Amino acid sequence: MTVQETPHVAGVGSGRETARSQSAQWPRPAKTVRRLPVQKDWPLWAIVAVQIGILVAIIGLWQLGADDGWIDGFFWSKPSAIFATLITFFTEGDAFTDISFTFRSTIIGFVIGTTAGSMLGLSFWWSRNYAAIAQPYVICFESLPKLALAPLVILVFGLGLASKVAIATALTVIVSTLTTYAGVKAVDPDQEKLFYSLGASRMQVFRKLVVPFCLPWTISVLRVNIGLALTGAVVGEFIASQHGLGRQILYAGQTYDIALVWVAVLVLSTLAIVMYVTVSWLESVLRKGVKQ
Amino acid sequence: MSFKTPVGAFEALAPVTLNISQGRFVSLIGPSGCGKSTIFNIVAGLLEPSSGRVLIDGADATGTIGRVGYMLQKDLLLPWRTVLDNVILGMEIQGVPLRDARARALPLLRRYGLAGFEYLYPSALSGGMRQRAALLRTLLFDTDVILLDEPFGALDAQTKLQMQEWLLQLWSDFGKTVVFVTHDIEEAIYLSDEVHVMATRPGRIVESIPVAIARPRARSATLTPGFIAIKERCLALLTLAHHASLEAAA
Repeated sequence: MTVQETPHVAGVGSGRETARSQSAQWPRPAKTVRRLPVQKDWPLWAIVAVQIGILVAIIGLWQLGADDGWIDGFFWSKPSAIFATLITFFTEGDAFTDISFTFRSTIIGFVIGTTAGSMLGLSFWWSRNYAAIAQPYVICFESLPKLALAPLVILVFGLGLASKVAIATALTVIVSTLTTYAGVKAVDPDQEKLFYSLGASRMQVFRKLVVPFCLPWTISVLRVNIGLALTGAVVGEFIASQHGLGRQILYAGQTYDIALVWVAVLVLSTLAIVMYVTVSWLESVLRKGVKQ
Repeated sequence: MSFKTPVGAFEALAPVTLNISQGRFVSLIGPSGCGKSTIFNIVAGLLEPSSGRVLIDGADATGTIGRVGYMLQKDLLLPWRTVLDNVILGMEIQGVPLRDARARALPLLRRYGLAGFEYLYPSALSGGMRQRAALLRTLLFDTDVILLDEPFGALDAQTKLQMQEWLLQLWSDFGKTVVFVTHDIEEAIYLSDEVHVMATRPGRIVESIPVAIARPRARSATLTPGFIAIKERCLALLTLAHHASLEAAA
């Protein structure tokens, strides 16, 4: 490969030869040779051991710091006090009334919101005009900070369970609507064509194609919705309520009972985890049911 | 059966007249965009022609659905239904009780190569098997005419040959009138009694070529001079159409 031949060859048509000769003019950059990065997986026990270790270290440091005074025990409380409060919370207070109140408003709001939202989303299949008309309202309601309306909801629905359910519903309904509508829009037009070629009515297409097709979409929001419903219920309790873990947290904070705040948050988290796991299980069962 | 199809708003189709007598196997071949699918959609009642009519057994069937069996390019099996429940879809929509529909479908599934797959979901089936299920669904939707839009287009060459034999078997067993769309000239000639070659801009039929090869046809029929002559004629027409459309574009 020499440079001299370039002027002769150029123009004759062997562009490739020219390019090759030219590339000889620039030296090749030295390449860095690397090995494929490989990650080694630790055994499960090692992972769990480290996880527990971190937890113990945090609690230990917290306790130590509060005892020694370099963590302000008044603002942050300390693990031993929290544990003591936890015992009192369950033995003396009306813990179970609060838990069941929050649990009920969450579940009822979740069920109403998810069902109504899915039905609303599915209803958009029936008419493109209706869907187009509803579109801006749906988007408005989605972008609206629903929690900002919570005081109004309390005024309308009162201090009891109904207002918490209403807020939980408001938070969940829109997610279900939008997701189910996304499912509706994803229905294969050819699939609809097939149904119509078999002489199907719109109701038949809806029941035998659209609903089963959108079911996985509806199911996929269950886990998101359970979290949102809980948020709605707790915020409702923050604003005005006579029961519930949210009210307990607010009350404890206002009376500087920081240990009780932690206890209520802990119980609330446990409730959230239990509901999340249950819904995840429900989701996997339903998914198997719809075969997708 | 006869239909006269015609002119879309942007002239998707020039006036087309196509007469197909009962029990015949007829193919349409032509370049993409020549209106094969448009004709099918009009015949199936999924598209209202701007003018012209569809006549089935002398009765006007323009714009009415459910009169012919229509198999689209994709198999469109419902993933949440078993193969058996997929093939009875047409009967179910027509209001046949589920039990009767299944009882009618089961022996057919077994006889036509889907034995052992009846209660599986479509995701467990190969491409060829899915196409079989889709075709049986079309047949079980008991109509005299069935439209097949490139049913074997996505299959590999060997499966395609098997499916062609299988389709001919079904056709002779059921005695349906079949209209078949394909890109594959050899497939069209091998299967059909008559091949209609189409051209584009606007979509129209340029020539109808009868295939006078005795049935049942052996695969070796594709090597006979008669077959090759038809194939050459089709190729010539399609290449001509291709050049014409290039010139029109330029």
